[in-house]
Amino acid sequence: MLLTPNQKRFIMELLSTALVTGGSRGIGKAIAEQLGKAGFQVYLTYVSKPEEAQSVAAAIEAAGGKAKAFKLDVGNPEEIATFFKEEIKDKVKLDVLVNNAGITKDGLLLRMKNEDFDRVINVNLRGAFVACREAAKLMSKQRCGRIINLTSVVGQMGNAGQANYCSAKAGIIGMTKSMAKELGARNITVNAVAPGFIKTDMTNALPEAVRSDYEKAIPLKRMGDVEDIANAVAFLASDGAGYITGQVIAVNGGMYC
Amino acid sequence: MSVEAKVKQIIIEQLGVSEEEVKNEASFVEDLGADSLDLTELIMAMEEEFGVEIDDDDAQKILKVQDAYDYIAKQQ
Repeated sequence: MLLTPNQKRFIMELLSTALVTGGSRGIGKAIAEQLGKAGFQVYLTYVSKPEEAQSVAAAIEAAGGKAKAFKLDVGNPEEIATFFKEEIKDKVKLDVLVNNAGITKDGLLLRMKNEDFDRVINVNLRGAFVACREAAKLMSKQRCGRIINLTSVVGQMGNAGQANYCSAKAGIIGMTKSMAKELGARNITVNAVAPGFIKTDMTNALPEAVRSDYEKAIPLKRMGDVEDIANAVAFLASDGAGYITGQVIAVNGGMYC
Repeated sequence: MSVEAKVKQIIIEQLGVSEEEVKNEASFVEDLGADSLDLTELIMAMEEEFGVEIDDDDAQKILKVQDAYDYIAKQQ
C-alpha cells in the first residue's frame, strides 16, 4: 500500500492499542487491566462469556482507560484474519499484541485422542501464530510493535497428563525466538512470558492436597497471582523493554530455572 | 499513473531509495540494498496495489526492477 503524507499522519493519529486474546478472565483479564492502566486502548477477545468480557472492558473504562471486547475464536484462522481486517487494520494503531488465549484438554498419553491434541495445538499454538502474522503485517509498516506470547512453565519442564498443552507451549517458545529474528529489523520485539503455578480458575479446580504439594516445591513457597504475570507483560510492552527480544521471561517463583 | 510508475513508486516507498536509483536493470538486493524481508514486503505491497496474488515461485524470479515491471504488466 502506498501511503501519502496525509495517510501517514492518519496512522499516527490512530489510537495506540493493545490486543489481548482471551482477555475475559484469569491471567488475560489481569493483563488487559494492566495495559489499560498503562495507557493503551485495550481490545480484548473472548469466546464463550460475553458478560465477563464486557465487565472487564467496563472496569478498564471506569478506571479512566479505553477498552472494547470482541468475540473471537483463535482456533479458527479465518476468523482471526477477518477480525484484523475489520477491526484493526486502518482502525487503530496496533502497538501491542498479547497472545494469551489458551485451552487445556488434559489426559495421559495412552488415552489422549488425536482431536484433543489437535484442538489444543490449533488454539494455543496456531492461533498465536496466525495472530502474530496478521499483526506483523501492520507492525512492519509502522516500524514498531511489541508481541508478547504466553507460554508456560510446563512448556519448559514438561508435565504428566499434558503432552498436548506442553507441546503447544514449547512450540510458542521456538516460534517467539524465530519471529524475534525475523522482525527485529522492523523494530518489532517478540518475547514470551512463562507463568508458573498461578491462582486462576484452572488451578483452583485442583484438589487442595495437590495444590499444597505444588506450593512446597516452589522456592518462594506460594502460588503466583495473575498480577505477577500482568506486570511482566506490561513491562515488555513498555518503553523500558525496547532492547529485549526473543526472550522467555519466567514468572514462576523459582519453580523452574 | 502508468503501471510502471506505480511499481516504481512502491519500490521507492518500500526500500526507501531515490527515484534515480530505481533503474530498470537495478537488482533489488545488490543495487537497492533489499534484504529478504524487504523483498517479501515489496511483493506484498504489489499484491495489494494491483489486486494480484504472486506465488512464491514467481516472486523468487523478481530480482530486478524490470522483472517487477514485466510481471505486473503481464498480470494486467
